[in-house]
Amino acid sequence: MNLSDQIIQFLLSGFATGAIYALIGLGFSIIYNSTGIINFAQGEFVMLGGMVTMFFLTSLHLPLPAALVGAVAITTVVGVLFERLAIRPIRKPTPLNLVIITIGGSILIRGLAMLVWGKDTHAIPGFSGEEPIQLGNASLLPQHLWIFGITTLVIIVSKVFFNYTISGKAMRACAFNPRAASLIGIDVRRMVLFSFIISSAMGSMAGFIIAPLTMTSYDVGIMLGLKGFCAAIIGGMSSGLGTVFGGIILGILESLGAGLISSGYKDAVAFVILLLILFIRPQGIFKRADSERV
Amino acid sequence: MKRLIAALIACLVVLTAGTALAETLRIGALFAVTGPASFLGEPEKNTLEMLVKDINSKGGINKNKVELIVYDTQGDVTKAKQLANKLIKNDKVAVIVGPSTTGETMAIIDDAEKAGIPLVSCAAGIKIIDPVKKWVFKTPANDQVAGEKILNYMAQQKQKSIALLTVSDGFGSSGREQLKALAAQKGFKIVADEVYGPKDTDMTAQLTKIKGAKPDAIICWGTNPGPAVITKNVKQLGIKIPLYQSHGVASKKFIELAGADAAEGVMLPAGKLTVYDKLKKNDPQYKILSGYDRDYRKEYGVEASTFGGYAYDAFLLIAEAVRKSGVTPDKIRSGIEQVKKLVSISGVYTMSEKDHNGLDLSSFVMVRVSKGDWEIAQK
Repeated sequence: MNLSDQIIQFLLSGFATGAIYALIGLGFSIIYNSTGIINFAQGEFVMLGGMVTMFFLTSLHLPLPAALVGAVAITTVVGVLFERLAIRPIRKPTPLNLVIITIGGSILIRGLAMLVWGKDTHAIPGFSGEEPIQLGNASLLPQHLWIFGITTLVIIVSKVFFNYTISGKAMRACAFNPRAASLIGIDVRRMVLFSFIISSAMGSMAGFIIAPLTMTSYDVGIMLGLKGFCAAIIGGMSSGLGTVFGGIILGILESLGAGLISSGYKDAVAFVILLLILFIRPQGIFKRADSERV
Repeated sequence: MKRLIAALIACLVVLTAGTALAETLRIGALFAVTGPASFLGEPEKNTLEMLVKDINSKGGINKNKVELIVYDTQGDVTKAKQLANKLIKNDKVAVIVGPSTTGETMAIIDDAEKAGIPLVSCAAGIKIIDPVKKWVFKTPANDQVAGEKILNYMAQQKQKSIALLTVSDGFGSSGREQLKALAAQKGFKIVADEVYGPKDTDMTAQLTKIKGAKPDAIICWGTNPGPAVITKNVKQLGIKIPLYQSHGVASKKFIELAGADAAEGVMLPAGKLTVYDKLKKNDPQYKILSGYDRDYRKEYGVEASTFGGYAYDAFLLIAEAVRKSGVTPDKIRSGIEQVKKLVSISGVYTMSEKDHNGLDLSSFVMVRVSKGDWEIAQK
């Protein structure tokens, strides 16, 4: 295997991992864009997506599509409860309070998942088998195609929703100026709830499409959440293509870093990029400092 | 109120007097029953409680009743240290079993040495017994023994160059150091030396690099789920190089996670408990292994694990020492040190002044995954 073949494999692997980061990053940016909250419990929604699917498949023996729908439904319910019980009751929602509460929430969700499903790692079978697909000298799994497909679909749907529907536009309005939004008759609290519904559903999808590749356990949410957060920061917290590119850039750099430099510094690559971007371009690498969000 | 206090004091006096009269062996145990290392501590605690219950129902060791005091360290070094002191000073135990992890064990070695209480650790790190400390023993075999088992097997297969893929935690980095030292000693060539993070989800980059280095074999050193992900990635990339895993994944869980298809042909050194049903019936350990698994299933409804076996070993060593020499800490210590050819779960123990672990290469067997199950590749 010569170097150019290796590089193609690094790029493909990085692209696949990056698509996952992008999908998780989108969950962060959607809540941020409609509420100004950075929801550190986003990683736990991803974990729930995988774990609930595993539970439906192995304990209740449901067919795969039913298990997936069930996973999205249950994670969404958790998202709603989280918003109702933890976010809404805060009297003075300062950013610091909210960050601490979402971190607390994530620890709670993780702990409950541990009590319910134990500490073991679980595997989920691939949606369309495990036979690798050859692309020249590089290879992919069928599950990677599912990841690309679902990520693309989610991006298109969210773009349409935020730009062309009344609810989507109302959510953007709340992000700009909650007070003005409520003056023109938008129920701001309801929009906050909406954003949690969307991002928890999105997180759970990320969770179940990656579980066949990465396996799942009660504590996968921490690292995946952090990587997703990195992707969103690189993309400047945009809920569109910015975050997607952010995720893919992160994935590819990690994979090239591990392959060409040293695998010991793989995670360092992600966090050095995060720090550099926060220092040099806190608005993300794709936009001007004062441009519109979403 | 005064009467209540008086009653309590009376109770205490009776209780302490009671224990002083009967010949009771007090065993203290420190296990990470909850927390991140609970997969170690939970079966250890269960096993020890089961054994103590059993021996007391048979009248104790040499008619000495056994009293077990178990504390949960939660895998926390500070807690382990506090609880060790509690066992020594308040509970006045004669011997301590545990802790479950190497870090915790290292933290309490000083306390045990100073108090003169024998410590039989259930953690694997070689630094626990190297250099040898007077009061400290450990039951799991050294990681080095597992590594040597793999390299010996590779030598037989005429595999000369190795690619290492190790996890970047304590288990992986100590395995990496030891494999490198052993490989140099035995004349193997290491052509790739890659690492991955414990929570990494894709190792195709490292494996692509390894594939380019064209080794005769890949040795992966880690605990689940990493090795299972790697096994899947190897299949995805169509790598045909033989893959060895460490004893850290020697359980059915690994085959389940990687999938029987991807795991086919993966080889690893396993403790005999994993494959006891495939051992010859005349294997010296067959009887004790099958008995342990049967009893454990009956008591707790799940199969016995290698980790619980470490507590079993500790208990057998102590029981043997008490039988041969006596119940005081000093006699237990010298008794354990004199143990010869004690057949137990992790292997056959022969202790000496220079060796406070007592296991050798025979405590592992090389196994291969075949059709979703283990088969013995070499004794």
